[in-house]
Amino acid sequence: MVGQTLALALAGAGVEVTVLERAAPEAALAPTFDGRASAIAYASARLLAGIGAWEALAPHAQPILDIRVSDGESLLFLHYDHRELAAGQPFGHLIENRHIRFSLFAAMARAGVRVRAPVEVRGITTDEFGATVTFADGTTVRTRLLVGADGARSFVRAQAGIRSRGWEYPQAGIVLTVAHELDHEGIAHERFLPSGPFAILPLPGRRSSLVWTERRDMAAQITALDDERFAEELRDRFGDFLGDVQPSGPRWSYPLAFHRAETYVAQRTALAGDAAHTLHPLAGQGLNLGLRDAAALAEVIVDARRLGLDFGAADQLARYEKWRRLDAVALIAVTDGLNRLFSNDVAPIRLGRDVGLGLVNLLPPLKRVFVGHARGTSGKLPRLLLGEAL
Amino acid sequence: MKAEPLATTVDSAEIAKFSGLAGTWWDPTGPMAPLHALNTARIRYLRDQACAHFGRDARATQPLVGLRVLDVGCGAGLLAEPLTRLGASVTGVDASAEAIAAAQRHAEGGGLVIDYQVGGAAAAEGIFDVVVTMEVVEHVPNLDAFVAEAVAPLKADGLFVAATLNRTPKAFALAIVGAEYLLRWLPRGTHDWQKFVRPSELARALRTLDLHVRDVSGATFDAATATFALSRDVDVNYLLSASR
Ligand SMILES: Cc1cc2nc3c(=O)[nH]c(=O)nc-3n(C[C@H](O)[C@H](O)[C@H](O)COP(=O)(O)OP(=O)(O)OC[C@H]3O[C@@H](n4cnc5c(N)ncnc54)[C@H](O)[C@@H]3O)c2cc1C
Repeated sequence: MVGQTLALALAGAGVEVTVLERAAPEAALAPTFDGRASAIAYASARLLAGIGAWEALAPHAQPILDIRVSDGESLLFLHYDHRELAAGQPFGHLIENRHIRFSLFAAMARAGVRVRAPVEVRGITTDEFGATVTFADGTTVRTRLLVGADGARSFVRAQAGIRSRGWEYPQAGIVLTVAHELDHEGIAHERFLPSGPFAILPLPGRRSSLVWTERRDMAAQITALDDERFAEELRDRFGDFLGDVQPSGPRWSYPLAFHRAETYVAQRTALAGDAAHTLHPLAGQGLNLGLRDAAALAEVIVDARRLGLDFGAADQLARYEKWRRLDAVALIAVTDGLNRLFSNDVAPIRLGRDVGLGLVNLLPPLKRVFVGHARGTSGKLPRLLLGEAL
Repeated sequence: MKAEPLATTVDSAEIAKFSGLAGTWWDPTGPMAPLHALNTARIRYLRDQACAHFGRDARATQPLVGLRVLDVGCGAGLLAEPLTRLGASVTGVDASAEAIAAAQRHAEGGGLVIDYQVGGAAAAEGIFDVVVTMEVVEHVPNLDAFVAEAVAPLKADGLFVAATLNRTPKAFALAIVGAEYLLRWLPRGTHDWQKFVRPSELARALRTLDLHVRDVSGATFDAATATFALSRDVDVNYLLSASR
């Protein structure tokens, strides 16, 4: 998704770009390919609008009007209301990934972006002037800059010899869509249960997307339950505040890990999205962070090109690296810290975090910082995220 | 086109100084790092001045297409390559054979076609739309002779653009004491303050050739971002454009 966004941004500015993708378009657009929904921050939506992918998404986008963070059964909770924001805009929108994938594909077809899919990248060599990519069938392409937006297990990253540090969380994320009796009123809930965060994210209609974290062994057992017993486990955690709840459609389980590449660039190579960093999904920021990478990299490339500079040269890549690194480090620290703080049941920590959440609520300036991150408007933003042309 | 270096316009000790660095010229983190940092501001200035003069759209992909540009003192092609990508057909001349060899090798690697020659400004008259000479006039022994030679190949409606260092106390403090001694940004002895050129001196040399200054802008270093930005402060690095 990050790579396609970058390709669209670049093509829109007249840069010649080719997308190499392992999955065949039919497979990637099938409803069973990716069960997740993504919280698209306000700034990310502006980016998608700028590259011509938002119009088709709008009917599938559920505005998030309120975010309620609570701690298990505790009464103290952090409450973000979109009316506290200047223009009364929503925090963002929830959109099922399959819709995002579909609209990016459609926009690429309209913009005439060259796509080679399905292809398997098997080899990469770089020199002072460019990178050569070899496919499984032995054919090659030559480029001035190779962008690795190939996900958490990035082949490009490995070939560039960039090490990635991180750890696996002892948790997995169970992801599914549920149907409920009552209207969710655009409210997203993030509950910190003893096993980890449990997020209820509103989708269009009386449906919500769940990200339900459990210890890995538990997650395997829960997802293997029959429908009736699975629904029981679900109701235990979900509660009845939206009336009756029914799982709808398949369940997925994603192992959760955190990692960050030691550097985002190497000779004639740049990493973006999950290839550069994965976050704990509790803040719903992974894709947003990747979209910010895409917007920043597009801006660096287009700015260099308008001056005839070689956008794949080391000094241009260094600009990108410097611009993006801080954002990723800050988010990783925040989400990892929150997960550690909340994924346990030790009494003093429990009390501390109850008081902590209550305090954040009482302190308007601190809250504004949190709200800014939730909307994706913290830090120096690339032009595309400000709703400006490249 | 054949071009021979002239004794009055080329200082052989200066050329030897730059020839020694030719191998590292394209390394943005090497000894030429300051030139890479300055390059963005230089190209922006040149592009915008040329677009204004020739009525081009600076936001086009190749705004300089069809223009013939002579780059006098092109070094390893830091300016010649971007100008080529912006559409210009570029001739680069430099008194250092090592620099020209590095320039040729680099252009070939990047798939760019640039006409590089060892020597001074070209002998043929009136064939170039733009003549540029950047970070060169502060290294020549005779400014008037150098400028006359550089301007000779310019067409009647052509544009002349130069970048250099001003002979002010501030330039001494920043370009020599700061860049060469304190920050070790530039090798010691890169610059000789006495040879720095005031905008008025450059303007006078051009006026005798019937060229008039259109614009003088500064390029100011921002330590926080380690980049140069165009500004009105011409006390240290500045750029000048002139036409008939
Ligand atoms: C449970 C869960 C919930 C999440 N919820 C949210 C959320 O609400 N909001 C949010 O912003 N983020 C969320 N995220 C994170 C988000 O899903 C990722 O950050 C995002 O998908 C990253 O996009 P990407 O394009 O970088 O990588 P990917 O989506 O992994 O895409 C990589 C692409 O590269 C292709 N590829 C890989 N290797 C090769 C190869 N050798 N040759 C050719 N092609 C190749 C793959 O086929 C794939 O299409 C969540 C993550 C999880 C696990």
